[in-house]
Amino acid sequence: MKRPLAGQNAIRALLFLVALLVAPLALPNEYYLSIAILGCLNAVIAVGLNLLLGYAGQISLGHAAFYGIGAYATALCTTRLGLPIPAGMVIGVALAAAVAWIVAVPTLKLKGHYLAMATLGFGIIVSIVFNEAVDITGGPSGYVGIPRLALLGHEFDTDRGYYNVVAVVLAAVVLLALNLMKSRTGRALRALHVSEKAAQSLGIDIAAHKRFVFVLSAALAGLAGVLYAHYLGFIAPASFGFSFSIQLVVMVILGGMASVWGSVAGALFLTALPEALRDFENIDILVYGAILVATILFLPDGLAGGCTRLFRKFRRTEASHAR
Amino acid sequence: MLSGAPQYLVSGLTQGAAYGLIGLGFTMIFNTTGIINFAQGEFVMLGGMLAVWFLGAGLPLLLAVLAACLVTAVAGALMERLAIRPLAGAPAINAVIITIGVSILLRGGAMLAFGKDTVALPAFSGVTPILTLGAAIQPQSLWVLAVTLALLAGLRLFFAATIQGKAMLACACQQKAASLVGISVARMALLSFGISGLIGAVAGAILAPITMTSFDVGTMLGVKGFAACILGGLGNPFGAAAGGLVLGVLESFGAGYVASGYKDAFAFIVLLLLLFVKPSGLFGKAGVERV
Repeated sequence: MKRPLAGQNAIRALLFLVALLVAPLALPNEYYLSIAILGCLNAVIAVGLNLLLGYAGQISLGHAAFYGIGAYATALCTTRLGLPIPAGMVIGVALAAAVAWIVAVPTLKLKGHYLAMATLGFGIIVSIVFNEAVDITGGPSGYVGIPRLALLGHEFDTDRGYYNVVAVVLAAVVLLALNLMKSRTGRALRALHVSEKAAQSLGIDIAAHKRFVFVLSAALAGLAGVLYAHYLGFIAPASFGFSFSIQLVVMVILGGMASVWGSVAGALFLTALPEALRDFENIDILVYGAILVATILFLPDGLAGGCTRLFRKFRRTEASHAR
Repeated sequence: MLSGAPQYLVSGLTQGAAYGLIGLGFTMIFNTTGIINFAQGEFVMLGGMLAVWFLGAGLPLLLAVLAACLVTAVAGALMERLAIRPLAGAPAINAVIITIGVSILLRGGAMLAFGKDTVALPAFSGVTPILTLGAAIQPQSLWVLAVTLALLAGLRLFFAATIQGKAMLACACQQKAASLVGISVARMALLSFGISGLIGAVAGAILAPITMTSFDVGTMLGVKGFAACILGGLGNPFGAAAGGLVLGVLESFGAGYVASGYKDAFAFIVLLLLLFVKPSGLFGKAGVERV
């Protein structure tokens, strides 16, 4: 008998969490742990962006802005305003979502490349504000002195402790995404991706669904931003610029459109890649670009699609051996 | 209040002409292949950096610029042949990601070959400003405007009077129909990347004496060029040129009257507002969606 879908997803997410928590045992030192933390945060954003891009088919070239809004909001709340950390985090996520809601209303009416331009422009405007509003954000040199995450009297001051928090958050986000896509809303999003008119004729409120998934993905980016700020204790506008927005889209597509696991893989892969290329010293950026081009050329449906094909091939050869 | 206006207008038009050329490069590739080429800005960077390099290697200035443009055109064609064509059949978004990869490669390669310094190309005909109507016009600004107009005229002629140009237009209208009447769509794609590289490099080389150049100028210039084509209505080459001029003037006035740090923000806010009112750009036609 088949288990209910939600139960299956929960088991998958739980197994994923166990794998995430065990993985650091294989890492040689603390430095790699900090890369793993950033990888998981990027994965949270990529999974959210994939809901928007891969499932609903709406591009955003400005998601780094929501990441930054979350980070700056909690930074300001917990230092300038002296609010407790949980309050700052909630405000950070809520502000990212609120800004997304306001932006979504006029922006999501646009289609294709025009939508890409509008979100790109929005991202650049936010990034300019981070740079220029020196009195509030500290300008290009960044904002220092953000307290380390502490919840319920426990301070997560080691990288290992922080990694556990981030791993739990990522597993929860993965579960949310998997369940959402199996729900009525998820099916509606896929339908409007294929044809807005057809979806509309079936009674799907296109504008509301697009807005929902845009706000959700922005809130997830904000969540990652909040956790980023309380991890590093220092934030600068360079982390939230145009190039990071592009990198996020690359993570989603490299991982595989409309695949939650693909986004996780794409984010971890692209975060780890520059570290793995350290040995190449000067030409590391060339190798990075070449790997990116080669991956898309040889795995047109991303890491997720590539793995599925490999798996099927393996199954086929096994079956033919059995015969 | 209006005291600096002529000056802002001139510098805005100069900058805007370059944005228009970059936008034109985007349009060429978009029309024949449906791809937004994120490496377009790197063509512009290559134009400037290669011109400086050829000049350093002993070529006279105009020859150095010409050589830079030709090399970049070849680079554009090579990019299509090696990275875009093998992808045939894959979704367009994959090709866009490939162009992002190529832009990283070109930027990295330029950094290794030319170093990280910001360099300037000497102005084509001196730096004595021409004082007129309350504005001091750099001779180089006239060069930028003249070259832009010449390129536009050349392109118009190319589309109207040559078989290659007409074939390219046919691809833009309907790829399948074009291939049915014997046009090689693949060759047109190659040609459009080559021309696009050429136009981008020209923009980079004529702008380099005014704004200086370095290995990493491509990204922002590419974004501005893309904004120019969206502003003018994607797919319309002359719309892109006009969009570039509008964007340049907006930026210049924004920098003059609002705050220089916010000049880019000002231009993008106007662009967004315009898109909200007119979702297909100034000169674009609203698309019709079929179910």
